[in-house]
Amino acid sequence: MNLRKIYSVSGRFSMSLLFIFTTLMLFIFLGSIFSKGYKVLSWEFISAAPRAGMTEGGIFPAIVGTFWLTLISMLIALPLGILCAIYLYSYGKPLWFVNAVKLSINTLAGIPSIIYGLFGMAIFVNMLSLDVSLISGALTLSVLALPLIINTAEEALQSVPKDFSEASIALGAQKSTTIIRVLLPSALPNILTGAIISIGRVAGETAPIMFTAATFYSRKLPASLGDEVMALPYHIFALMTEGSKADKQEPIAYGSALVLLTMVLGISFFAIAIRYRMRRNKQW
Amino acid sequence: MHAKERAFVAITHTAALFSLTAVFGIIYSIFREGIPLFDIVPLSEVLFGNDWYPTHAEAPQFGILNLFAGSLLVTLGALIIAIPLGLGSAIFISEIASPKLKEIAKPVLELLAAIPSVVYGLFGMVVLAPFVRELFDLSTGLNLLSSSIILGLMVLPIISSMSEDALANVAKQLREASLALGATSWETITKVVIPAARRGIVGSILQGFGRAIGETMVVLMVAGGSAQIPKSIFESIRPLTSTIAAEMGETVVGDLHYRSLFAIACLLFIITLITNLSAELIFFKRNKK
Amino acid sequence: MVTAHIRTRNLNLYFAQNHVLHNITMSIHTHKITAMIGPSGCGKSSLLRCFNRMNDLIPSARVEGSIYLNDEDIYSSKANVPQIRTKVGMVFQKPNPFPKSIYNNVAYGPKIQGKISKSEINDIVEKSLQGAWLWDEVKDRLHSPAMALSGGQQQRLCIARALANGPAILLLDEPTSALDPQSTAKIEELCLALKDQVTILIVTHNIAQAGRISDYIAFMYLGDLVEFGESSEVFTVPKDPRTEAYLTGVFG
Repeated sequence: MNLRKIYSVSGRFSMSLLFIFTTLMLFIFLGSIFSKGYKVLSWEFISAAPRAGMTEGGIFPAIVGTFWLTLISMLIALPLGILCAIYLYSYGKPLWFVNAVKLSINTLAGIPSIIYGLFGMAIFVNMLSLDVSLISGALTLSVLALPLIINTAEEALQSVPKDFSEASIALGAQKSTTIIRVLLPSALPNILTGAIISIGRVAGETAPIMFTAATFYSRKLPASLGDEVMALPYHIFALMTEGSKADKQEPIAYGSALVLLTMVLGISFFAIAIRYRMRRNKQW
Repeated sequence: MHAKERAFVAITHTAALFSLTAVFGIIYSIFREGIPLFDIVPLSEVLFGNDWYPTHAEAPQFGILNLFAGSLLVTLGALIIAIPLGLGSAIFISEIASPKLKEIAKPVLELLAAIPSVVYGLFGMVVLAPFVRELFDLSTGLNLLSSSIILGLMVLPIISSMSEDALANVAKQLREASLALGATSWETITKVVIPAARRGIVGSILQGFGRAIGETMVVLMVAGGSAQIPKSIFESIRPLTSTIAAEMGETVVGDLHYRSLFAIACLLFIITLITNLSAELIFFKRNKK
Repeated sequence: MVTAHIRTRNLNLYFAQNHVLHNITMSIHTHKITAMIGPSGCGKSSLLRCFNRMNDLIPSARVEGSIYLNDEDIYSSKANVPQIRTKVGMVFQKPNPFPKSIYNNVAYGPKIQGKISKSEINDIVEKSLQGAWLWDEVKDRLHSPAMALSGGQQQRLCIARALANGPAILLLDEPTSALDPQSTAKIEELCLALKDQVTILIVTHNIAQAGRISDYIAFMYLGDLVEFGESSEVFTVPKDPRTEAYLTGVFG
């Protein structure tokens, strides 16, 4: 009995150690980004354009670029994804089509982001002649976000009690009416959470925009869908690998990383907070 | 009223069609640009050749074996780090932590999964690599070791949260039955709970593998970049993904180099497809249970 | 409220290979309460759901035969099913109000039928809630969540919601089995009051309840309509030995 107890205690202890070690590593990771990036942050950093060959100034164009890329890709992917989820949930026929769609979504979810980048380059930039531009990048990112949105939207729809749909049908509503007036409103909070998480994901991606939209330096802010854009994730990468003045550019990279991290983690935290509140206020 | 219903059906079906179109679009574009390489360079030479010199003027070589080895090695290294830490954390959160701690730990792990890969890469380049360089007295810290550590850190939340889900789904009755028979809590965890959750755990590892082997930014920034099979973990490597990202900018659309990078993408696609389908199969079987 | 005559003819229901209802022919008397009783699994709920084609929602369900609503077969290929459901309302065993306000629950039917005049809808909501004996309890909080109501109140809300469509017939599927005795009594009284406006078809596994409120009894056993007649007669001098056995509690 004693030996078994020793095993038990040490087993549990070692799991705790692993957890503590994990948390420690992550603290060091995030801590270093925060402490090094914090030094560079200032109002000018966020609002001004870069100067002097990327050694001074701010990262405002990159923030704007990331904003537009994210917004436009979401405008494309959200309606498409939600409608697809509605199809999967409410209209599951014919069966071969449903299975094909589900297989496609799972496949899309597992494709490495660099392949999305190549796809975007081959199709949007080259074949459709959209060139390296905001729209090419946004289209590429929207395909990347699609499986994420579809999966969370489908789960959201499935979590709505079937009683509600049944009551609506019994009152003489068509399927589409039931979906629009009963199902979607009830599922909306969960769908929203999924959408927010996708926003965080899309904003942080580098590989898909490397060859489709991003540029290291652009003199002006994007004025149309056809313009190249600067973007935060790409800016970080480019500063570290393409720039020539490492000592000046490294801090800017940190600052950019901090800004990006704040955006992404802030968005994700927001989503988790919404989900937490919703679970508490759940009417059913 | 019927017209509205018909329109709605049409719209939703079209949206569903889009996902099929997207997959086929990706497959088509990658293979269309990549396959023509094999008209000029035989497949066996590409798959098993050690020499990757695509820009050599007279005799360019397109052997990807070293690159493939790089991908496998860094993925393996990442899993060596991510599995113990991730699984250990999952066990801790699911079986050992207090409910209050659980409530904090779970969202924290989710947040970690959301961190962009380029930020991991930055940390690797500027903090970890110099540290490794100092510690082991090397000329550079950008190597297999550093990139494995960072990649492992990145993949850890995936393994952790999926395994934790699997463990949490194990019925309470099983744990109670084990304890009621006089087993210690650790014995319950190792002999009852983990075996019951093994499908989900294996699935999470497969997902981690897929994520790691497909990751670009981290290895691009931290792995060093030399296309060789390393003789030690302190040497630099170049996986498939960073090859594509690093060299694509130097190619001309349609030339051999360009095609070879797309060919690498085809291989990568096939690898991740197989990984994904295997994970699917495992999950599917679990759900059927 | 509308008067409508509803009857079945040679109605058969299959769930895949299962022959669940055998050749049911019966005529429901208007402005009366007909109770369908029988042991578990006899098909009474399945039969009820045939009257508003809710069985259509089950993929393996197949119907042969006809149900005539005012001489039109609701199972004909030209039938407008959502329309039928506005004329044949249903209340479920477990109260299922929408997670919306009380007002929006009752207003749902009229709204989807295309009514847009606010005053008209307000009128319908008030009349329906009054008809369901819920108005006084909720008139000051029409826009508060319906799901905050008690079980009995929720069920009366579901009745009001169904009434808002102006149906000719109301189908009640064991409406009180999830409720406490007080709420049950209230709903039973409500049924008695409503039958002048709507024909009521109620499924119940509670023989005493059937005895309390029904004018007619339909006794079902293993998918057959064994006996159909006035309650007073069926209870005192049942024609079929199976009916007698069920009523005296030989099987439950």
